[in-house]
Formats: sequence, C-alpha cells, structure tokens
Amino acid sequence: MKDLQSAFAGDVNVSLSPASLPAAKPGDGAGRRETVAFRLTQWLRSPRPYLMLVGFALFLGFWYLTVEVWKLPRFAQMPGPTTVISEWLSPDPTYGLSIYSPEYYQHIWVSWRRVLIAFLLATATGVPLGLFLGWSQRFKDYVFPVFELLRPIPPLAWVPLAIIMFQGSETPIVFLTFLASFYATTLNTMLGVESIDVSFVRAAYCLGAKRRQVFRHVIVPGAMPFIFTGLQISVGVAWFSLVAGEMVSGQYGLGYLINTSYTMVQYPTMVIGMITLGLVGYLTSAAVRVVGNYLMQWRARELAMGAER
Amino acid sequence: MNAEPARARGGPDLAANASAAQERDTGAIRIANVVKIYGSEGAGIRAVDDCTFDVPAGKITVVVGPSGCGKTTLLNAIAGFHSITSGTIYLDDALLCGPGRPQADPGPDRIVVFQNGALFPWKTIIDNVAFGPIVQGRLSKKESFEKARRMLAESGLRNLESNYPGEISSGMRRRVEIARALMNDPKVLLLDEPYRALDSLTKSVMHEALLETFDRNQVTIFFITHDLEEAIFLGHHVVIMTTRPCRPKKIINVDIPHPRDYSILTAKRFREYLDETVEAVHEEALKAFAAGERER
Repeated sequence: MKDLQSAFAGDVNVSLSPASLPAAKPGDGAGRRETVAFRLTQWLRSPRPYLMLVGFALFLGFWYLTVEVWKLPRFAQMPGPTTVISEWLSPDPTYGLSIYSPEYYQHIWVSWRRVLIAFLLATATGVPLGLFLGWSQRFKDYVFPVFELLRPIPPLAWVPLAIIMFQGSETPIVFLTFLASFYATTLNTMLGVESIDVSFVRAAYCLGAKRRQVFRHVIVPGAMPFIFTGLQISVGVAWFSLVAGEMVSGQYGLGYLINTSYTMVQYPTMVIGMITLGLVGYLTSAAVRVVGNYLMQWRARELAMGAER
Repeated sequence: MNAEPARARGGPDLAANASAAQERDTGAIRIANVVKIYGSEGAGIRAVDDCTFDVPAGKITVVVGPSGCGKTTLLNAIAGFHSITSGTIYLDDALLCGPGRPQADPGPDRIVVFQNGALFPWKTIIDNVAFGPIVQGRLSKKESFEKARRMLAESGLRNLESNYPGEISSGMRRRVEIARALMNDPKVLLLDEPYRALDSLTKSVMHEALLETFDRNQVTIFFITHDLEEAIFLGHHVVIMTTRPCRPKKIINVDIPHPRDYSILTAKRFREYLDETVEAVHEEALKAFAAGERER
C-alpha cells in the first residue's frame, strides 16, 4: 500500500518535471523499491505491454490459422498451437512429456547446468583475455591473429575434434558451448577497452596513478558496458552451440530432447523443447542484464537522467 | 596532512592575498625553442616551431590562436602525453623534456582539465575527487575523503558527493574536475578549452568560480582557449599564437588587477585589450583560412 502511494507521488512529480525522478537516491532500500514500483506503474501505463500482448497474439494466431485452420501444404506436418499447448500442460501427455513429468525438468536442468559451466568458464577466461588484448598492443600482436583465425570455425566443425579430445559425453558438449561464448566475450571486452576515451587514461596518469592502478580504476570499469553487452551475446550463443552439441551426443538436455522427439516422430514434444529453449534462453539473458545494471549503477543512473552528456 | 599552505587561513583581507600571490614562486614553466613534428622528420607536419615563452609562477597565462594551430600539442608536451622533437621545457628548475628525454612523465604536479571533461563516470563525485591522493599513497583513504569533502565544500559543491558525474550539469562537472586537480596541490593547472562546450551564461559563472579558486590557491594556470573575451577576462598574460606552425606572435600583459569580476567587461581598458587581441588573432585566422584549414 505504501509502495503504491509513493509510486503515485513519484508519478505526479515526474509529470511536472522529468528531472525529479532520480531524487529518490537509489542507495537506500526504500528508495529503490519506490523506483521499481514507479517503473512498473509507468510501464503498465505505457502502450508497451499491450503491444507486446498483441504481438504474441498475432504470432499464435498465424500459427493457428496456417496449421490448424487452413492446413497449408508446408505446414501440414507441423503440430498446431492447441496440440502443443495441451500436450505441454497435460497431466497425462500423449508422448510422455509435459510440465508434469519430472523428466522435463531433468532436460532443462542438464542443459542449464552445461550452459552455466560453459558461460562461467568463458567469462573467467574471455574477460581477462579481452582486457589484455585491448590494453597491450604487443600482447594483441601475438594473440589476436590466432584468435581471429580460430573464431570463424563454427562450433559444429569442432564436434569431431571435441569428441576425440575429451572423455565421455559431458565434457565435449561443455567445450562446444564454451567456444562460441568465449569468442563473443573476448571480442566485446577488447572492443570495450578500445572504446575508452583516452582522456580518462591520461587523467588517471596525471593524478598520479601507476599503470596497474590505471588498469584497475579506468580500464576495467570503463570496459564494463561493453563487457556486459558481450556477456548477453555470450549467453545467447551458448544456448546455440549447446543444442548443436546435444544433438550429437548425450542422454539428456533440451537439444537431445528435440532431436530424439524428431527421430521418434513425437512432433509436439519437439516443439515443446523448442519453446522451452526460447524461454530459458530469454531468462538467462535477462539475468545477465540485471546483474549488469546492478554492477553499473552509474550507467543506470546516467541513463535515467536522459543521458545529458 | 600539514601540507595546507598558510594562504588557506588568509581570510578576507585582499592585501594579504595579493602578497601571497607574490610569495608563490613555484610552478613557472619555461618553454624554449620547442619543435614538434608529427610523422617522419622530412615529410611530417610541423605543428610547433621554435616556440619560446615563459609561463610565470602563480599567474594565469592564456594561450589563444587559430584552431588546430598546435596549442594543444604544446599542452600535451607539458603534461607528458606527447614527445617533442627538439627544444626544452622546464618546470621551475627541473627539466620536463628536452634532449635525451623527449617525453615528460605525467604526474600530479601538472594536472590537466580536459576539453570534454574527464571525471570518471563510474566513480561518484567524492571518489573522483579523492582519487589522486589515494592512488599516490600520499594520504590515507580517510584523510583523502576528509580533504575531498572540504575541497567540495569550498567550491560550493557540498551536496553532490554521492552522485555520479552523469547526474550533474556540465558546469558542475568542470568545477568538480578542478577540485579533483587541486586536491593534489599541483604546481600547474593545464586547462584545455575547459568551457568550450558550455553555454555563455554557464561560462560566465565558471569564469568567476575559476578566478575565485585562483585567488584562493594562487596556482599557476596555463589556459587554452578560442574565446578572446575569456582570455582577457581571466589572464594576466595572453599569448597569441601564429597559425601552424605554432609560435608566439604577441604577448599581451593584461594590466587589470585581480581579483576581477564581471564589471570589468564593460571597462574601457578591457575593450582596448580586446581590440588589440582581436586584431592580432584575426590576422592569423585569415592566414589559417588561406592555408586551408584542415581541422574539423
């Protein structure tokens, strides 16, 4: 109740002058809650959520009409939305997989764990590598040509080598997932360092910072916005190459689920796997974005000001 | 901690302040026969050519000249961002750069305030201001923050401490940046067209704030600008540069006593200085135009 009131008060303020929004200091908890509540009401009052619903409705309508009503030739083999959704939500699914079967969560969990491990590895290696690539021209001269030569090789082309190199089925999949993430993270981090205005580096030296301190106080935080853009791309491509890996080997995982449902002609299950991939992929991306905004308060607050610069 | 000079306790007595100005005898820059050629020696662009002049200690020296004439090159050489091709630059008796040492080391005795501002956007105002003494290890964190708070309060920026630079106006940012520089008790402040991007109203407020800061600290100021009115309003000396290659064409000593305020803008003497400057600069601007301006 209190939240609603303060959100409303905030709204009145803002309609008078937009600059008064950040008056609530995001430092304290109450202020932050107020801001969140305010954003939510603001969002609900804007046309955006309703346009989003219309978008989804159009998409589902198109799917429904082409498959179930008009039965167009190309779409004849495809399961329609009603089939998929009723299968997905059914306690007693025809093909044995729905939100009620533990197996479904086993697939999600296995895929999610692989992505998480690969993403963390890629971040732990890619961010430092990218920072050094951007920071030291000599290091870049050594490393970057090799990096650029390896980068265009798609994860699928690595499959045979991954299977030869690593034991079992788990490590090769994590390795394939890692690869694409690693490239995205490294490259964006490097660009992030290169995007830093040279004035910041000079100012730091002027103020008496040593090289190591410039790295810590200027290079790392200055590259942050690009790093987080990179991490969002990275987590997205991780799901890409994960599915490629899982289709080749493994006993669980969403990619495996999609592939086996295809070979066993369980088309609705296949589509359930696809939609689940979309949802889980979106959630991981959003999580990275939230962490990024949290770590870059300065940026969030700058943007809230309407980025007058 | 006791580095605070006596002038901080000077009080409102203007005569005392004026004598403090004479006491300040560090921070003189001597630029002698400096040449800077970009690119290879033969085919390179001669940005600065045989440039000689003095920046006296505890005074404001303003350098004006056509855009792209090499003023910033000179500033960068003093700051230690660029090398020079030949010549020498001294800060007091210490060689900054010269034969066998083409590039000075940047350091907290000469602090640059940049054209577009260089407050770290990822640090709060107080963290920005306290940055210098902390990284130098000169003061403890606690002492640095205390001093930073005092510094901000002195400049009338008391309530901004926990804001980020992106949240305050560009005029405020310039003032914070100057406070950040003064935290280190520099011998020289190097200002590279710091008010260029500001509107004229904000600019006049900034000028008065800068002069006020100067009257308090008597730090040597090396100030680059395009704005002739600004140059005369602020400077003890105005150095007019030739178009590229850059070298002093004329030095005008502005004999209007500090502290100055905006009323002098309409004074007859001020207009005379301005006319003199305009004439000298206009000539160079015409030459630069005829040579085909390559900048911007």
